[in-house]
Amino acid sequence: MSYVRRAWIVLWKDFMTERRSKETLNALLFFALLLLFLFQFALGDDRERLAAALPGLLWLGFILSGLVGLGRAFLAERDHDCWEGLVLAPGDKSAIYLGKVAGNLLLMLVVETVILVLFTVFFNVDVAGHLAALVAVVLLGTVGFAAVGTLFAAMTANVRAREVLFPVLLLPILVPVLLGAVKATEAVILGEPLSTVARWLQLLGAADVVYLTVGILTFDAVLEG
Amino acid sequence: MAAEPLIHLAGLGKAFGADRVLDGVDLDVRAGEAVALLGANGAGKTTLLRVVATLLRPTRGVARVAGFDCVREAEWVRARIGLLAHGAWVYEDLTALENLKFWTTLSGSSGTAEGLRAALAAVDLERLAGERVRTFSLGMRRRLSLARLVLTAPRVLLLDEPYAGLDPRAGKWLDGHLTAVKAAGGAILMTTHSFGRGLGVADRVAILARGRVAHDTAVAALGADDIRQLYELHTEEMS
Repeated sequence: MSYVRRAWIVLWKDFMTERRSKETLNALLFFALLLLFLFQFALGDDRERLAAALPGLLWLGFILSGLVGLGRAFLAERDHDCWEGLVLAPGDKSAIYLGKVAGNLLLMLVVETVILVLFTVFFNVDVAGHLAALVAVVLLGTVGFAAVGTLFAAMTANVRAREVLFPVLLLPILVPVLLGAVKATEAVILGEPLSTVARWLQLLGAADVVYLTVGILTFDAVLEG
Repeated sequence: MAAEPLIHLAGLGKAFGADRVLDGVDLDVRAGEAVALLGANGAGKTTLLRVVATLLRPTRGVARVAGFDCVREAEWVRARIGLLAHGAWVYEDLTALENLKFWTTLSGSSGTAEGLRAALAAVDLERLAGERVRTFSLGMRRRLSLARLVLTAPRVLLLDEPYAGLDPRAGKWLDGHLTAVKAAGGAILMTTHSFGRGLGVADRVAILARGRVAHDTAVAALGADDIRQLYELHTEEMS
């Protein structure tokens, strides 16, 4: 019970902090809007090009805004030496990790929802008929992204060149998630049943499990530095 | 047989590269005792506290808290210490009450709403319980950190310049709290630059110079001027 309470209090702290400051959320929403304008400008009205590029663009938007958000995930911990407090907190540190993952997941899902809605408006895409499948794919992809992203954000939080190191280290690790998510999203947008991309979904699920497990097992060492 | 000291340091060394900040520190702090650690800037006072707090690994020697090794049994040590560091450990967009709730829950304590408010009242922050910490002064943040220690009630207190930024009223409260901790059988190791406040609560004063405890003596045997002279003697030798 104590483990769940400790994970919950970390999520609650991140939620309250973000709800009041809105620092990360505002930055992400503005960034997402800017990306969409750029995509729209680059692709124009060519429906064929659009249909082929849309899944990739959608996930590019998710990943780029996610990188900005995750890069800030431990800023509050660095201020006023709160990091020390987390290190000294007795008990299993993976509770802190899971709380942070949940907080990041929540933030990313909010931003992704906004991006998705704007995508349907900007590119005139109808996803209403496949909404449940799309939500499932986005959720699977985002869990893996948040799990490994939170771990790498913690790893690079106290290094000098973290802004450069964080995406450079994270993006290669994210390749399985990106491949699986883009392929599955493509199938959903084309109206194909999810069974046609079952292997990609399995890859996504496996990546989520592996990333979360590695995070839970290694966060203590990462936190100790 | 005498009980093992709550803090036991023997031949403790800590080097950063070629720089040996601590070079054979021997120091014991027993239950019911407070030791004030004096030393010039860079003498290694904060490093020593961080080693005992398990935040830094010593290069050599032994550091034990309540019988537990600070390296091999860090988790056991952490459950018994309370650290007041330079940073206040506050989240600026949480209120004072929320900050306390966060840290007590994370430390595994079940802080009730009444308990949290009582801790804030103890450090004279009760009327600001619902205010965001962003608006707090340095001294108020320091008092909030002290409220955290009141709530978690650790047996061993490690305090880095605990009186810094506190107004006289808060300083007086801290004197009383530290005296109560000692009376309850706790041990206190605190760094200070002040020859006034802090030394009043301390039973012994240890002067850190050249990475070692150059002088360790009972405060009762000395006046403030004697301590100042000893401090100047050892810190001048250093420079």
